[in-house]
Amino acid sequence: MYATGTESLIKQARDIQEEELQKFYGRISKLLRSTKEHGNEAVDSLQRLHLIVSATKYARTLPPDLLKSLQALLRSPTCPEHLQVLSSSILRESLPLSVHSLSTDFTSDVRTISYLATVVLSQAASKEELTFLSQYLLKNLESRQPEGQIPRHTLPILSKMISFTPEILKEDQVNLVSRKLVDWLRYASVQQSTSISSGGFFAGPRARQPVPMTEVDGAVVGDFFTVLCVGQSYTEDQWMNMYAFSMIRKWLLTYDTEGASAGDSAQLKRTQISESQNQDDRSEVDSSVMSMVSATSSASRLLPPKERLREKAFEYCQRLIEQSDRKALKRTDTELQKACLVESVAIMDLICCEDSSYVYRAFPCIKALYGRLSGDLLFARALLPIAQFYLNHSETAAVDSEAVFRQLFGAFPAELFNEPMLAFEFVQFCRLNEAVLKDSVALCRQSFPNLLKFLAWNSPALIAEFVELLPSLLAPETAIELLHTLLDLPCLAASLELQQRSASYQPSERVQWDQGGKLAACLEAFRQPSYRGLFLYILRPEAGTGDTIDRLSALHEILAPMGESPRVLHCAQIVPVLLHVYFNNVTQFADGKLLNQLLLVLLERSGLLYNVKTFPTEVQRVFSTHLRALCKLHPALIIDQHRELLDFTASTANIYSKEDFYTHMVWVIGEYLSVTYDSRCTVELITSYFESLEAVLFEVTQVRRSASPPSYSPRVITVLMTTLAKLASRSQDLIPRASLSLSKLRSFSCSEVVAASYSEDDREELVTRAHELINLLKLPNVAQFVLAPSAPGDSTRWHRDTNTSLPQGMKAINDLLHKQSSFLPA
Amino acid sequence: MVVCFLIHTVCPVSALSAGESRILYSRVFGPEERDPTEAGLNPEQRRVVQKERLAVVARQVRSAVCLSREASGNVCVETVLGEEAVALGEAESGVLSLGSGEPFAGRTVVLWLAVHALAFTLVCQPHENLLLAEGTLRNLARHCLEELRLLGPGSEVLLKSDRVDAMLQRLLPHGQLLFLNHRFTHGLERDLSAYMSK
Repeated sequence: MYATGTESLIKQARDIQEEELQKFYGRISKLLRSTKEHGNEAVDSLQRLHLIVSATKYARTLPPDLLKSLQALLRSPTCPEHLQVLSSSILRESLPLSVHSLSTDFTSDVRTISYLATVVLSQAASKEELTFLSQYLLKNLESRQPEGQIPRHTLPILSKMISFTPEILKEDQVNLVSRKLVDWLRYASVQQSTSISSGGFFAGPRARQPVPMTEVDGAVVGDFFTVLCVGQSYTEDQWMNMYAFSMIRKWLLTYDTEGASAGDSAQLKRTQISESQNQDDRSEVDSSVMSMVSATSSASRLLPPKERLREKAFEYCQRLIEQSDRKALKRTDTELQKACLVESVAIMDLICCEDSSYVYRAFPCIKALYGRLSGDLLFARALLPIAQFYLNHSETAAVDSEAVFRQLFGAFPAELFNEPMLAFEFVQFCRLNEAVLKDSVALCRQSFPNLLKFLAWNSPALIAEFVELLPSLLAPETAIELLHTLLDLPCLAASLELQQRSASYQPSERVQWDQGGKLAACLEAFRQPSYRGLFLYILRPEAGTGDTIDRLSALHEILAPMGESPRVLHCAQIVPVLLHVYFNNVTQFADGKLLNQLLLVLLERSGLLYNVKTFPTEVQRVFSTHLRALCKLHPALIIDQHRELLDFTASTANIYSKEDFYTHMVWVIGEYLSVTYDSRCTVELITSYFESLEAVLFEVTQVRRSASPPSYSPRVITVLMTTLAKLASRSQDLIPRASLSLSKLRSFSCSEVVAASYSEDDREELVTRAHELINLLKLPNVAQFVLAPSAPGDSTRWHRDTNTSLPQGMKAINDLLHKQSSFLPA
Repeated sequence: MVVCFLIHTVCPVSALSAGESRILYSRVFGPEERDPTEAGLNPEQRRVVQKERLAVVARQVRSAVCLSREASGNVCVETVLGEEAVALGEAESGVLSLGSGEPFAGRTVVLWLAVHALAFTLVCQPHENLLLAEGTLRNLARHCLEELRLLGPGSEVLLKSDRVDAMLQRLLPHGQLLFLNHRFTHGLERDLSAYMSK
């Protein structure tokens, strides 16, 4: 559907030669000047001109006469709409700017004003450039013209202006608009417009009898007009009613949130207001039948404009909520009812935040609405603003909100995880309210396994939100379980996919990524009772059943074929990002105990990961980074967990399966196993670490003819070497043994097997490093200094590379010893 | 308020590098919230910055569409002119949020609706009623598919862009989402079809 012809048109428009372009401009100018009646040719040329000016990101400058003609066209009320549309869009896209020349005496034509405004709004760069237009619109409102004379788009234009700069309206102007909004919202006529129903040829004056509006279900309207009232055609004030409701939330958000009028002061003002401020009150007589909503509002006439608007907006919302209970005849109106519910509850919430006296009036209505909707997950999205309302006001009104949040955090994620829009709004709700939820809804934190279902299913769309949300889900009690759950996220995605498909899967169904029917086998396993516990754990709704499970590897095996599902792959890609966020935050509050637990999880999970593409490697890389950070924060870990660390480092299998993590583990031992950090660091402990690593170095550097070339990088060997030297320098009895181990590196590097996999440079480097270390260990006191861990905090390190501070140190000592140093006095 | 409306490609385009998207129609509503760093820019530079922002949005949406299609594993059914309702019924939709400065000064929420090779995108301010925005976007997409014959091989989307302007002027005036019941919609659409038929 995207044709190559379209692409070549863009290219033509971009590549047009200057000379040709000038001619084209000239032709259009002439065309626009020559005739009063512009025909198809003008339209066609302007369409081409629009393509030319909009096809590149670099602006084109129109010649002055063309600019003038276009502006004149735009301002002319008699100009056909096509030409107005085109000239406004060309002026928006091109230079010089038209904002100043257009901001002078506007015509009163309603349509023209709106098109003019599109140019002014899009080109204005400051409040000043909008002033003329805003003044004009306000003057129009003030002059009490009949509705037909007020530009219909006045409210959308004002709405756009105030979202750019709220200061554009002064206090009295805000009051003026507020009064008009009250009129339109509350006192629009409830009769249909007669202009259309003027009847046929034989229809007498009876056809002009006013016809009442109906509700969306066809019943005759019994109260004031709202956007949910249906008629053959609408009067101007009914149109304005619709525009007013569409912008009212924005308006209240902008001008009614200063908190100047709290509950009691509003009450006070209500009694002080004089009659003079009621000038805009219209009669309410034309609505003969009053519903509950209207009946409650008698005293509101005495309020100042802002508060009166609040009152009327509140009533409007109440009425919309009533009206949303009606069964709409049209499907689109059913959709509109839902949107109205969302908007109404949000507006009522806003009003209650400003004036808490409304809370008591609102709650019965909101509670009833919740009761009506809570059983139907089709209304899930309308329940979010209700939850927001409960969150903000249930305490004030002493209403129990437990059930609302139980449903919100229980059923929603579990059953509606595959609704992308709901997922987004839900996560946004959590993020916006994270501070309140953290303190007052314990359930939220507790429900992280459920919340993560949204992420597992919609990972690309939600990752940004979750990066912000994750810190608020972290608490000391759940930190460990959360870490396991994050690591299990791809498994969760796979399980959700199975859960989803198990309900509807047909063997004949073709799934794009599934080659060879692996999915069917997985589904079989999903339904087997023996694996039920595993899936129940992964799909659990709340935290607290235990940090992890024993048979995780069994689950990984069952889910192995699901590793090709794109959803699982997307999920696997985001886990490292979340882990970084997790560790950066957990270290801010973790105590020694938690840090010890974290270290154990790193050890355990580094080898227990769902094998999806590069997922294990990526996660191990993150583990490595944060292992260093954890040990730096709490060096005692090396001693607290020495049994586990010894077990881990002694196993050469770990080098093959998780080289990066292993290397970092060895490095942190060399760096932090020192009496400088922990007085419990005994000679015996150093010796046991030394012996363990010595054996590993021996094993990996053993040269056998039959052996295959080493599959690990030379880095592992250099880190092992350096760590041995470091440990030996701290317990000097070990120095001869260290030197002996190091001396074997020469024969290792020279062997044929090694030459097959390491480059010449690498091998040379290994020998040099071994040689350096052996020499250094010959001077134990110097070695102790060079290989000592850098003092935390105040050290002036030689350089930042954490693995190889040695050569720099050695160079400096060399310089010192040879008295060539510039550090020394001559 | 809606910040902008875009129609852009989500298929590979030969002249563009992979992952890029060609913007076929764009409309930015009104003055944007500006970065303080942009205070010194002249109108020409401002325009370049704005167009680049739109390109960022289009790219982001394109990748979101691709990921979403990949994840759902749905196979696209080809539709031709006249089957707009079918195409719209099968269209995928989604939402993503853009942080402040990425690329707009404030935080924004992006709604997209992907029909075959094209996506229709609305960038909204964060407080916007997404349920309403979704309905509006779907309605706009339907009109665009029909009026610009987007399922056909032509290039009306470039040459008849005034039709989109006229649509937006009625259904999304100045970026204001409207609560339109079916009769209000009917009124506006009758007005719109008068425009189209001229």
